[in-house]
Amino acid sequence: MSPIIEAVPIGAARRSVGAPLAIEVRAASKHYGSLRALDGVSLEIAQGEFFGLLGPNGAGKTTLISLLAGLARADAGTLTVMGHDVVREFRAARRALGVVPQELVFDPFFTVRETLRIQSGYFGLRRNDAWIDQIIERLDLTEKANSNMRALSGGMKRRVLVGQALVHRPPVIILDEPTAGVDVELRQGLWQFIRELNCAGHTIVLTTHYLEEAEALCTRIAMLKQGRVVALDSTRNLLQRFAGVRVRVRLLPDRLPSTLEGWQARREGETRILQLPDYGSIEQLLAALRTAQVQVQELDVMQADLEDVFVQVMRTG
Amino acid sequence: MNAFGTLLYKELLRFWKVSFQTVAAPILTALLYLLIFSHALEARVEALPGVSYTAFLVPGLAMMSLLQNAFANSSSSLIQSKITGNIVFLLLTPLSPAQMFLAYLVAAIVRGVAVAAGVLLATLFIAPVPLLHPFWALAFALLGGGILGTLGIVAGIWADKFDQLAAFQNFLIVPATFLAGVFYSVHSLPEFWQGASHLNPFFYLVDGFRYGFFGASDVRPGLSLAIVAGCLLALCALALRLLHIGYKLRH
Repeated sequence: MSPIIEAVPIGAARRSVGAPLAIEVRAASKHYGSLRALDGVSLEIAQGEFFGLLGPNGAGKTTLISLLAGLARADAGTLTVMGHDVVREFRAARRALGVVPQELVFDPFFTVRETLRIQSGYFGLRRNDAWIDQIIERLDLTEKANSNMRALSGGMKRRVLVGQALVHRPPVIILDEPTAGVDVELRQGLWQFIRELNCAGHTIVLTTHYLEEAEALCTRIAMLKQGRVVALDSTRNLLQRFAGVRVRVRLLPDRLPSTLEGWQARREGETRILQLPDYGSIEQLLAALRTAQVQVQELDVMQADLEDVFVQVMRTG
Repeated sequence: MNAFGTLLYKELLRFWKVSFQTVAAPILTALLYLLIFSHALEARVEALPGVSYTAFLVPGLAMMSLLQNAFANSSSSLIQSKITGNIVFLLLTPLSPAQMFLAYLVAAIVRGVAVAAGVLLATLFIAPVPLLHPFWALAFALLGGGILGTLGIVAGIWADKFDQLAAFQNFLIVPATFLAGVFYSVHSLPEFWQGASHLNPFFYLVDGFRYGFFGASDVRPGLSLAIVAGCLLALCALALRLLHIGYKLRH
């Protein structure tokens, strides 16, 4: 892929005092009939963040995105994008927001270039062809620029959706499951591109089922369950707070002192997996083993991953 | 291009890319009606004094095609966008309800008028008709396209499935346009059916449009114009309201 696209000059603003939040949600609720899709959700996303919105199917992620994008209206609460209320100042809010929808939708009447030009025109942008060319090139769509949307593979259609979301250079970009059904190579390219957009100052909000992607990309994460936020913290804190430290040990003799039994998570053959509250506890573990004259034959400190945290939060949250 | 201009351009491009189906086919259909009905009835019917039956048919067929195609344009565009989901591209933009409405409306009028003009051009060689009051004809053409374009917007927003839209079209639009005095003068009808015809707003469109050609009509053209303008205003208010509250578009 070619070098980074031109930067959007908002990187400085995110650090300045008084700059509006990229996204602010205050006590937003939404019902669909008897279904409570969102139940008093509040969260703030600062400019320049790479934010993950995680949760099982039906947790309310897409509903929250729909409220932000004006595709649905909240029953209660307020939502703003770059300080603009999504209902009262819908024009400014929508100009500030680019959304890559979850569904692979396209207009079968048009080519890739026509699709991007039309989307650009909806935002009232004249002479936007240079930027459209950059998007086409950056998303590896040059060869297909004049092909009808119908002739594109699923992965290419997905890239056009990304292009449509970027065509008006929005400071805030929401990607709703952008890599669902996208092959590995393309996924890597897409993430590189999104990461570059983030470095250039764009705020990125991401929902995904691939938790390893969220862990690698997002600096902060909200987890939703049944329409409520059940966890909201930096990715690092979440990994530490919820999962602690896990240690795999092989002992000789294969015996755990009784004071340490509470830490054992499970056995795997000759080894034991211990769940420790924090890194400091490793010292305590070793001291207790020494006192009990148990020799450590093997010791692995295992990094907790987001999947562990996710499972734990969904079970308890 | 501005936002309204872009949506209008997109709507025009949408039907123009399949113009064989959206413009040429309805012109052919109108020509077939003209050939068949004029062959069968030319010698037997005189709907307007001094006007041959074939000539009488031409403006009516042009207006009927205009109405049906204006409706088809806005309704099919909206339902296709809703069902395929690409309406989201429009809903994510800062376009206002009024801008959306006007763009769909103007595209529907353009397609309707293009088909009607095509019918008139194609029949020039079969049954040339005079055009005594072109501005009356144009006014009724624009109002007819406007009314049916707006009805198409309302139907396209309301319908969730293609068969609901087809029902709207086949059980409402087609009968109302066929029974609007395209093939006959309502004066030739029994009294009850004359009265019933006057409840059909499309009748005033056909009658007023025909006045533009022959200078003769069943109803005074000024009255027809007032009635259809009133209908258009009421439908515009309804369509704008639906778009404003996001009925079936924004949850």
